[in-house]
Amino acid sequence: MVNDMGTREALASDDAPLVTAKHGTAAGQSDTVVASAVTINRPAAELYAFWRDFANLATFMENVERVDALDDTRSRWVVKAPAGKTVEWVSRVTEEAADRLIAWEAEADAEVPNSGRVEFRDAGARGTVVTATIAYDPPAGFIGKVVAKMFQREPAIQARRDLRRFKQLMETGEIATSARTLKQLEEQD
Amino acid sequence: MRALAWHGKHDVRVDTVDDPEILNPRDAIIKVTSTAICGSDLHLYDGYIPTMMAGDILGHEFMGEVVETGPKSTLKKGQRVVVPFTMACGSCYHCGKHQYSACDNALPADNQDIAQELYGQPMSGLFGYSHMTGGYAGGQAEYVRVPFSDVGPIVIPDGIEDEKVLFLSDILPTGWMAAENAGIEPGDIVAVWGCGPVGLFAVQSAFLMGADRVIAIDHFPHRLELAKRFGAETINFEESATYEALMLMTGGIGPDAVIDAVGLEAHGFFVDNVIDQIKASTFLGTDRIHSIRQAILACRKGGRVSMPAVYGGFVDKFPLGAFMEKGLTLRTGQTHVQHYMPGLLNAIVEGKIDTTFLISHTLPLEEAPKGYQMFHDNQNEVTKVVLKPGLALAAE
Ligand SMILES: NC(=O)c1ccc[n+]([C@@H]2O[C@H](COP(=O)([O-])OP(=O)(O)OC[C@H]3O[C@@H](n4cnc5c(N)ncnc54)[C@H](O)[C@@H]3O)[C@@H](O)[C@H]2O)c1
Ligand SMILES: [Zn+2]
Ligand SMILES: [Zn+2]
Repeated sequence: MVNDMGTREALASDDAPLVTAKHGTAAGQSDTVVASAVTINRPAAELYAFWRDFANLATFMENVERVDALDDTRSRWVVKAPAGKTVEWVSRVTEEAADRLIAWEAEADAEVPNSGRVEFRDAGARGTVVTATIAYDPPAGFIGKVVAKMFQREPAIQARRDLRRFKQLMETGEIATSARTLKQLEEQD
Repeated sequence: MRALAWHGKHDVRVDTVDDPEILNPRDAIIKVTSTAICGSDLHLYDGYIPTMMAGDILGHEFMGEVVETGPKSTLKKGQRVVVPFTMACGSCYHCGKHQYSACDNALPADNQDIAQELYGQPMSGLFGYSHMTGGYAGGQAEYVRVPFSDVGPIVIPDGIEDEKVLFLSDILPTGWMAAENAGIEPGDIVAVWGCGPVGLFAVQSAFLMGADRVIAIDHFPHRLELAKRFGAETINFEESATYEALMLMTGGIGPDAVIDAVGLEAHGFFVDNVIDQIKASTFLGTDRIHSIRQAILACRKGGRVSMPAVYGGFVDKFPLGAFMEKGLTLRTGQTHVQHYMPGLLNAIVEGKIDTTFLISHTLPLEEAPKGYQMFHDNQNEVTKVVLKPGLALAAE
């Protein structure tokens, strides 16, 4: 499970989020943890509702092909893999608080153990601060490659790009593209 | 359609490419009637802007007729519009503050990484100006896809010819914002480095904002002549010592406000490999920071420095000591075009601002490569080249 980014351990000497620590891992285990924050000029309730409908995640998460809700807390994630393949796992909501927080975790038999947490904090006139934290335990072999692709070379970059797309969609109703033709747009995907 | 594409240093060609299409709900397609070559385009032409790719369509100063609209566009087919070179969404925090060139959402998410690494935060998207600013196709073409068409383009009333309003797309607001950033007070003496389009519009704007005297600096006699026409006094830096002349012309005090409208000019700001190794790469100081250095030294104590000129990377020997000790203020930035367009359109309609004086050459789009070469080789006489996609057809 991912630590709450805002919570400081007793020994911390500053107020910076834990994942920015230069030494040691924030999660305390072998997990890779990435966190990214973005401020979105929309109310927290709207952003929460969009995210909680997990099927929507595929619209802005580049490597997520599809998320199907199985019941109120479980969903099947279908993620793009190299050579046109996909990998799948089932995620379960582990914690939620309306308009504030959603945390999820892949079920125990997942090929890629991973968990995530997104928090929505009211930021007054600026809208809502959205902080996403994702932890995963990168395996070796084929699946390792999938994970590497999913999170790209630098996992933080992928998370940041996904959050930017979420922000664009919520603030402008569309995701920016510099393509000139439909063909170019499809090639970029 | 036909479009002017970049293929490398001093190699631009008019190519046949696929027409643009509506891709997002707020898009519109504009049929270009007039488009200009900008001083900033010369930086691309000279191969100094990184993240350019062969086939990129250039042009960020353009206007035309709306021919197609997405379901969320508020434009109507047949309307004539001028398009701001800074793309902005109109709904993010920065757009809310009218800081349009700082829009959060106009750059595609993946393109934001470069500027995030280089500048700390990504800026807005620009038309036809490298992949760091989005990789959007530009307006030196028959047609352009214009995103956020419900908040950017300004509709031009009938009966006003293109030549009068085309420069609302960039250089007129840029010259105006330069003067505004100089915080001009009545009685001020303002010095402007560079009498290109930006400098010349800054001269006009400074007088409109109440400057008592404006001193314009350049080395091209014809450009200095144009500045003189608007009431500026001139210094030709090849014939006179600029700092000494300014001191004598201001009674030893220095100008109250100084404006750098020169920029990195034909000097590159960084070596290649910029995408992969931005943090590690070596940045070359631009020796043309000469103008901002000189402006800071000449400025009076407690004075204001305005810098519309474009710089991209790091510089050497920036006079930080003079800047601090004299307590100067610096204001700069890519222009917030959308903020200035309505007021400046009014000023044009009311005859308070003239823009047509600037145009020295008008060519069909097909002759764009010749236009670039002329503008590059003969800056004295070639002050602004306007390209018309429709002109070639008319001549046949
Ligand atoms: N901030 C913005 O949004 C914005 C918008 C448009 C253009 N620009 C930038 O503004 C600058 C000027 O644009 P332009 O279209 O007028 O360019 P331009 O190349 O036509 O004009 C520059 C002028 O500066 C003169 N010059 C060169 N060295 C000089 C020196 N040492 N002292 C005095 N004058 C000198 C040149 O002779 C030339 O006349 C460029 O850097 C351009 O990229 C900025
Ligand atoms: Zn320009
Ligand atoms: Zn915006």
